[in-house]
This record gives sequence, structure tokens and C-alpha cells, in this order.
Amino acid sequence: MSATAATETSTLATATKPVLRIAPPAGWCEIPLGELWSYRELLYFMVWRDIKIRYKQTVIGAAWAVLQPLMTMIIFSLVFGKLAHIPSEGMPYAIFYYSALLPWMYFASALQNATNTIVENQRVITKVYFPRLALPLAAVLAGLVDFGISFLMFVVLMLYYRIHPTVAILWLPAFLLLAVLTALGVGLWLSALNAIYRDVRYVLPFLVQFWMFASPVAYPASLVPVKWRWLYGLNPMAGVIEGFRWSLAGHGEPPGRILIASVGVVILILLGGVAYFQRMETTVADVV
Amino acid sequence: MIHVAGLGKRYRVGERERYFALRDVLSRAITAPFQRSERREPDYLWAIRDVSFDIREGEVVGLIGRNGSGKTTLLKLLSRITRPTTGFAEIQGRVGSLLEVGTGFHPELTGRENIYLSGAVLGMNKRDIDRKFDEIVAFAEVARFLDTPLKHFSTGMQMRLAFAVAAHLEPEILLVDEVLAVGDLEFQKKCLGKMQEVSKSGRTIVFVSHQMNQIRRLCERVMWINAGQIRQSGPTGEIIAAYEAASLQQDSHESLQQACFSRWSLGDGSNLLRDGLSEVSLHFYLQLSAAVRQGHFGIAIIDNDNLVLIGWGFDNLDLGQGAQELVLRIPALPLRPGAYTLMCSLFDGGNNLTGGELVEQWHAVPPLIVDTPPLSHPQDRWAGVLNIPADLQVCPSTVTAGDVSGQE
Repeated sequence: MSATAATETSTLATATKPVLRIAPPAGWCEIPLGELWSYRELLYFMVWRDIKIRYKQTVIGAAWAVLQPLMTMIIFSLVFGKLAHIPSEGMPYAIFYYSALLPWMYFASALQNATNTIVENQRVITKVYFPRLALPLAAVLAGLVDFGISFLMFVVLMLYYRIHPTVAILWLPAFLLLAVLTALGVGLWLSALNAIYRDVRYVLPFLVQFWMFASPVAYPASLVPVKWRWLYGLNPMAGVIEGFRWSLAGHGEPPGRILIASVGVVILILLGGVAYFQRMETTVADVV
Repeated sequence: MIHVAGLGKRYRVGERERYFALRDVLSRAITAPFQRSERREPDYLWAIRDVSFDIREGEVVGLIGRNGSGKTTLLKLLSRITRPTTGFAEIQGRVGSLLEVGTGFHPELTGRENIYLSGAVLGMNKRDIDRKFDEIVAFAEVARFLDTPLKHFSTGMQMRLAFAVAAHLEPEILLVDEVLAVGDLEFQKKCLGKMQEVSKSGRTIVFVSHQMNQIRRLCERVMWINAGQIRQSGPTGEIIAAYEAASLQQDSHESLQQACFSRWSLGDGSNLLRDGLSEVSLHFYLQLSAAVRQGHFGIAIIDNDNLVLIGWGFDNLDLGQGAQELVLRIPALPLRPGAYTLMCSLFDGGNNLTGGELVEQWHAVPPLIVDTPPLSHPQDRWAGVLNIPADLQVCPSTVTAGDVSGQE
């Protein structure tokens, strides 16, 4: 087949406009960054849609973005703080938990939305072409709005407890980016798997729960023995959450060893995720 | 410009529209861990196989074929929704595809929001949509409901809005699946008009439809897809005729009826009678799933006022199973210009008076069109139903008045 195809290729080669070639999927995967860029408006509209519909037909709307971490923070403070006496590294429990819940809640919901996005958009996927990568990307980006809203609540808490941010807060965007990339990387894997195996949908809540306990949300990372820190850092959210606590509350030291391991892992997950997702993309319309 | 060579798409039967549960994979691994090597040959289905064609810039091409023949798969391949198994396609120009009305609509969003969303999904950028917004709203006739969530729209309104967005796509190449069958008749006409407008603006269009009149109005060229392959390709009229003849044949084979008239024509193959004064032959084609014995064929010519102008009956017909042609020869058919219905009936085992069974009755389509110069009275009131020339001579009388008086 390919031999005959090669000889017939260039009837259009002399033409001026770019020629789009549609052929069977090749064995390796290309990362369509250029194509994704040309579809940036669609990406924008998808993010916009996700945000628009999130709180439609809810009574208090975006207040949920504040209420969820706030309530969780209160429960954690009572159970883990007051009852279990877990150390908070000298921070008020409210600050200690909320600063961890900020990235964690973003991550958990972004991961969930990204995982379901292929299945939820299967009608669109089977009817029109666009780089499928835009779907999990939009899901992950849309979560940032909730993050922004709940961050405002954190500012209120900071004022209430009279905590002055240090220069470390300049690092916050970097840690946020790490959280976004983690959610995207894992989301790519799971959304592709979910398109083929719907079991993923049922596994996800457990995964998120386990993951939370494997991350320093309810306890400080300092409880983990130093010699195991690097291993602990293989969970990228450990680096993210420690980073958030450090840059927001200014306590303790920058999460060095953990962070290096986290960044390395995220890069691996992300590259693998893109490759796997792109492979899945070639058949998703037939399978989903 | 589209160049397609050897394009094929293979599905594993059962794979399409199905997902796996991890359980299946695991249980297979447990129950048959050593059978992986002797992999069972899966059932494959070629939805499209070895299809090659070229479409020039600005051409409007229709795709016809029965359900499941692969038309939609071909569009999906060209619009990159799914990837081919073999061969390739080269496309030059921005492609927009319209495989479904309302792609990307979300029920919770308002009409206005959905216009932007659907537009973006179909490949428009925000500036395009801004520019076309008023036009889209006017076309869809939903101006009053722009800020109402889509879920409160009636189905008809949703369809109108969806088509309006899609109709204002302006890609260089437009791939359209059967989507013009939406809304009421009025709106369908509007849609078809819009499509004609688009096709005249020099865009390349590939258009799938089951409605041959739409194909006739829009397309210069037609490709007839059958079982995943191009069966015939060429000028619209020719291919549609072949396709219709084949599908009529197929339909009558499938029908339980004993007999079925498929078509009729005059001796020259048309339904247009230009000379009513010479011999006229009417050819009737029918399919018989069982033989007719001692049959009766009745034919009547009926005008617009349902007046039977003339009818004939033929008894004692023996018709074998299969395709049959009945040729009716008439020395002259001097009818006034106009359209006439031919009503045919076929009885088995006698005629309607001797206890025969009616096995087929057919108001022949198309009607018989008589296009001869009118020969009878110029006033309709006195023109009648026949169209026979008459000659009037004025003869100087050899009989004198005197003779007349002489008779007295």
C-alpha cells in the first residue's frame, strides 16, 4: 500500500496553499504544539464553556469554590489538629490546612474533569475534528478560576491571622504551574484510558483519596523521615503542597529535595501522557 | 482541491461504538493466559475500501448510496475525525465539516453563548462569529430567545439555530452529511437556498444526501458509494438515474408484493409527448416476484379534473416471474397540452369482474406531459379534451337558392 501511495503523492505538490495529508497513523507520536496553537480560540471557548456551565442552576454558584476548601479546612483543623494533635509547623491550623487545600482541591477537581472530558465530549469528538489535546487542557485550565476564587478566601484568612507574605510568595506561580502540569499529565493518561476502559471512572475517587493521604495535605511533610523525602517527592503533589505552604506562609525552608524529584516526575508523566494520548487520539472516534 | 488515493478504513466488527471493561481484558488473561499467541483472527469490516478520486476546487460533489454504504465514513476520513487504515488523502484549503446539526451545543447555555460555542467548535474564530452574529440570528429567527438557555428552546428552534451557525461557516472546503432534513418545509427550503448560495460562491462542497432532488439542485457531479467502494461516478443526472433504477429494483425484490411497476416511458425514454397524431408507444416496466396467469392489465389516462379520458383493458395475460415490459401502442393520442396521470392496474387470475385479484395499482410517476401545439378552440371553455386538427373549407355552393326553393 505504502509503495503505491508514495508514487502517487505529489499531484498537489506544486500548489501554493498548504496541503493537509491524511494518512494512517504512523508508529510514533508527534506533539502537535503548532496545531494546538492554531486552535487556541477553540481552547479559549472550551475553558469559557466549562466555567460557564459549572455553576449553572446552583443557588450559591461560585461560592462553592470557597465553601468546599473552607469546610474541609475546618474539619481537618478539628480532627487532625485538635483531636490528633498533628503538628502544623507553628502555623495556625486554618492557614496550615487551607494553604494545602488550595492546590489539592484544584488538583483533585482538575484531574477529575480532565479524566472525564473525552467521554463527556464523545458526541463532539465523533462529529468534528480538532486536536483532542484541547479537551483535557481546557478542563485543567478551567479549574484555575475556582482556584482564584478560593485564593481570595485565603487572602482573607491571611489578613485575619495577620500573616505577612514574604518574598517567597513570588515562587507561588511556579508551584501553581507544577500543580497544573501534574493534573494535565495524569489527566492525559486517565482520560485516554477512560475512553477505552470505563473502569477508570470508578477507580478515580479512590485514587484521589489515596493520593491525598500520600500528600502532605493533612500533615506536614516534615513528619516523613529525611532519608525517605526523595521517595516521597516522587509524588509531585508533595512538592507542590510543600511549596505552597512555604511560599504563602513563609514558614520553614524551601522544599528542595522533594521539589527536584517532583519536577522530574512531572516531566516524565507529562511526556508519557502526551504520547499515550496522541496514540489514543488516532482511534478515539472509533472507540469512545 | 481533494486528492484521494487508495483510501480504506477498516473496523474490527464490534469495536465501533463499544468500549471495553477492564474486567474483560483481565478475565481473558486469566481464563486463557497461554492463548495469546494463537490470536483468533478478528472479524473485520471495511467501511471504505480502496477509494480513489479527485475533486477540483469549486466543485460541488454529491455522495449517494444506501444506508451503511460508507458515505459518512468517507466524510469522517476527509474531516480527520477518524484516521484511515490504508491509502491517503490530500486536501488543500481549510476544511469545515458539518456531520451533525448542533455539534457542540450545550443545553445550559443561552442561544447567544451557543452560537459562539458551536461556531468555535465548527472552526470559526471569534471575529468571524462577531461579524456574522446578526446574520445567524436573523437566519435562525430566534432573536427573541437569544438570552434564554437552549434547553428551553423547542426542537425546531434548536435545529434552526444549529443550521444557521453551520450555514455561516466559510471554509474553502465544506463536507456536509445529511443535515438539510431539519425543521419544517419552509425552513428546509431556506436551508437548501443557503446551500445553493454557498455552492455558487465557488467553494468546494462534498454533500451527502438521500434526497435526490437536493442532489440534483446542488451538485454537478455525483459519486455513488456502494459497500465501501465507488460504484459509479459522473454527471449528476446520469448517476442518479442509474442509482434510482438499481434501488427500485432492489426495493421491489424486497417487497412482499407480487408485482410492482418500477417506471414507465414513451418510446423515446421520456415522459414528454410532442406529437399526438402519430403512433405513440407507452412502455411500462414491472417486477414480478411470482408469475401472473390469466391476468388483466388496465390503463387509464386521467386529466387534472380526475376525468377519465380513455381507458383500455387487456385480458388473458400470462406474465412470467422477473422483469417484464408492457408496451402499449396507440395509433394517436390527440390530447390537449397539459399533464396527465396514467393509472395502471394489474390483476391475477381474471379481471375485476371475473374474480381476479388486484396485485398492483400504480399512479404512474412522472405524469405524462403533452407538449403539442393546441389545435382546438382558442377559448378554454370550448377547447374540450381532444387535440385533433380540423380543417375548414369554404365551398362555393353549387346548389343555388333557386334549387332550394325548387325543392319546395
